[in-house]
Amino acid sequence: MVLISHYRYRKLVEWANWAGMLLCITVSVFFLVAILGYVLVNGASYIDWEFLTAMPVPTGETGGGIANALVGSFLVVIVASLMALPIGIGAAIFINEFPSQGFGRTVRFLAEVLTGVPSIVVGLFAYALVVIPSGGFSALSGSVAYAFIMIPIILISAHEALRLVPDSLREASLALGIPKWRTIMGVVLPVSSRALITGAVLAISRALGEAAPMLFTAFGNSFWNVNPTKPIATVPLLIYTYATGPYEDWHRKAWAASFVLLVIVFFTSVLTRAFLRGKANE
Amino acid sequence: MARDSEATLDATDRTLAGVKPVSARRQLVNLGDRVFYIIAKSLALLVIVLALLLVADLFRGASEAIRQFGLKFLVGTTWDPVTRQFSTLPTVIGTLVKGFIALLLAVPVSIGSAIFITFYTPRWLRPVISYPIELLAGIPSIIFGMWGLFAMVPVVRVIQIWLKAHFGWFFLFDGPAVYGVGVLSGSIILFIMITPIITAISKEILLTVPREQIEGMLALGSTKWEAIWKVALPYARIGLFGAVVLGLGRAIGETMAVTMVGGNSFDLIHSLFDPVHSMASQIASEFSEATYSLYVSSLIYVGLVLFGITILISLLAQFLIWKTSKGKLALLD
Repeated sequence: MVLISHYRYRKLVEWANWAGMLLCITVSVFFLVAILGYVLVNGASYIDWEFLTAMPVPTGETGGGIANALVGSFLVVIVASLMALPIGIGAAIFINEFPSQGFGRTVRFLAEVLTGVPSIVVGLFAYALVVIPSGGFSALSGSVAYAFIMIPIILISAHEALRLVPDSLREASLALGIPKWRTIMGVVLPVSSRALITGAVLAISRALGEAAPMLFTAFGNSFWNVNPTKPIATVPLLIYTYATGPYEDWHRKAWAASFVLLVIVFFTSVLTRAFLRGKANE
Repeated sequence: MARDSEATLDATDRTLAGVKPVSARRQLVNLGDRVFYIIAKSLALLVIVLALLLVADLFRGASEAIRQFGLKFLVGTTWDPVTRQFSTLPTVIGTLVKGFIALLLAVPVSIGSAIFITFYTPRWLRPVISYPIELLAGIPSIIFGMWGLFAMVPVVRVIQIWLKAHFGWFFLFDGPAVYGVGVLSGSIILFIMITPIITAISKEILLTVPREQIEGMLALGSTKWEAIWKVALPYARIGLFGAVVLGLGRAIGETMAVTMVGGNSFDLIHSLFDPVHSMASQIASEFSEATYSLYVSSLIYVGLVLFGITILISLLAQFLIWKTSKGKLALLD
């Protein structure tokens, strides 16, 4: 009899824990639904062609859009990618294809540490490195900040991608008398291209959502600008300005811009991330 | 790996070299390899240079404040741009308190989720259940901040007012409840943000627990929970601790969301409801108002302190996770 009640107790503990853990998952899902729902309800209705293609209007006037911030975000990220992709992938090639005792491991280790640097500190870095010497806020300094966020992500994902390329492919190419650099460019990189692109997209989408490093680099701009030496508007920065401002119309625009940003980030990041994770778990 | 095949190739070349002279084309090929090697190596060096430059730039930017205030910067409680007195203890405390409260909430939720996904979910269902959590991790910080400010803070405010009315005698609840923004709001938004990160890494860590050990326990007649509690968790505890520490690092470095809901005050906190800056939000909201160089320098000094704390935490987390996974995990979150 004692035995049976003890068994019941153990069963009860099992069920209680199962329910508790299900509750844990539910908490995460609840917040996801709450946030997405809120952005959708408040943001989606405000989206129209004008919002995406028109310039911001002075406070008090109705209408207007975020065209300059959209273009600004993309410009800053493209320039950042031009800096970060060669550095990240080049360094990954060096680490994986030219094994060196301590050096390669040091670089990889540094990259992992750099992923933990707060984005606001990256902003300070870009401020001290570019803004102070050049004498003013600029789109270019924003790109430097984004590039600094992207490099470690690209480096780590590229290194993991190159690791997965079988050595037999390299050896087959080398056995044909093809020099090593052409083996890397013509065999190793194409074979791993899918994973490389996934990593790059992940880094880009991470950067696109960052507002903190833009506060004192790109700085924001309520006018049209494509000049890299002048301050430029970006979407996350615009959301921050509008959301913390006092006007009801600004808040609506901030929600709409959040919706646009979410759509962009989700389409790029989360789909590829799930794809990458799914592959890795098989 | 690639180097071995290279060595064999070189050996073949050397034997051939005795037979016929090295052609001009062969030299060109070597040149190509050499140039490629130099380019790749300099790009890798550039990563190291950038990391050093980051540290050097922070020190250079903060040098004026370091000379002026020294280490007293860390223990003083005055932040007064008018009298040019700067010290940052209240915000350091604010940052750490928010981070730890967020952890207190996030650890059970995220490790519970990770256990559920790893041990109680059939393999084919795992992606379906972990997908929403990954979606949550992909939301930009600024959107968390906005949602927090407009949707969460009003709710927190009501709860705070109720708590103060009924339990106001308790020192934690004896604060300005009507603001809504403050330690509690900041902690909750951080909790929501770091939960998916800790969950994702804990999940990977738990997957490294050898299946045989759990099956052995089950074969002895234990329930699933007993096998997890007595075998899986002790096995994975160091790695799980690493995941938690990583989450703490993220919470401490988080900027935009905390800037919007954490309340922006430089005073020492006495209760859960007091508004207070965290280091990151202090930099974010003050930087554009910093009108003289000592002010800017002091803010960069705050950044340097923040950088130091997060690097220490990040190193600890990397070490713990590496120790459990033996370098099998790539940390991208």
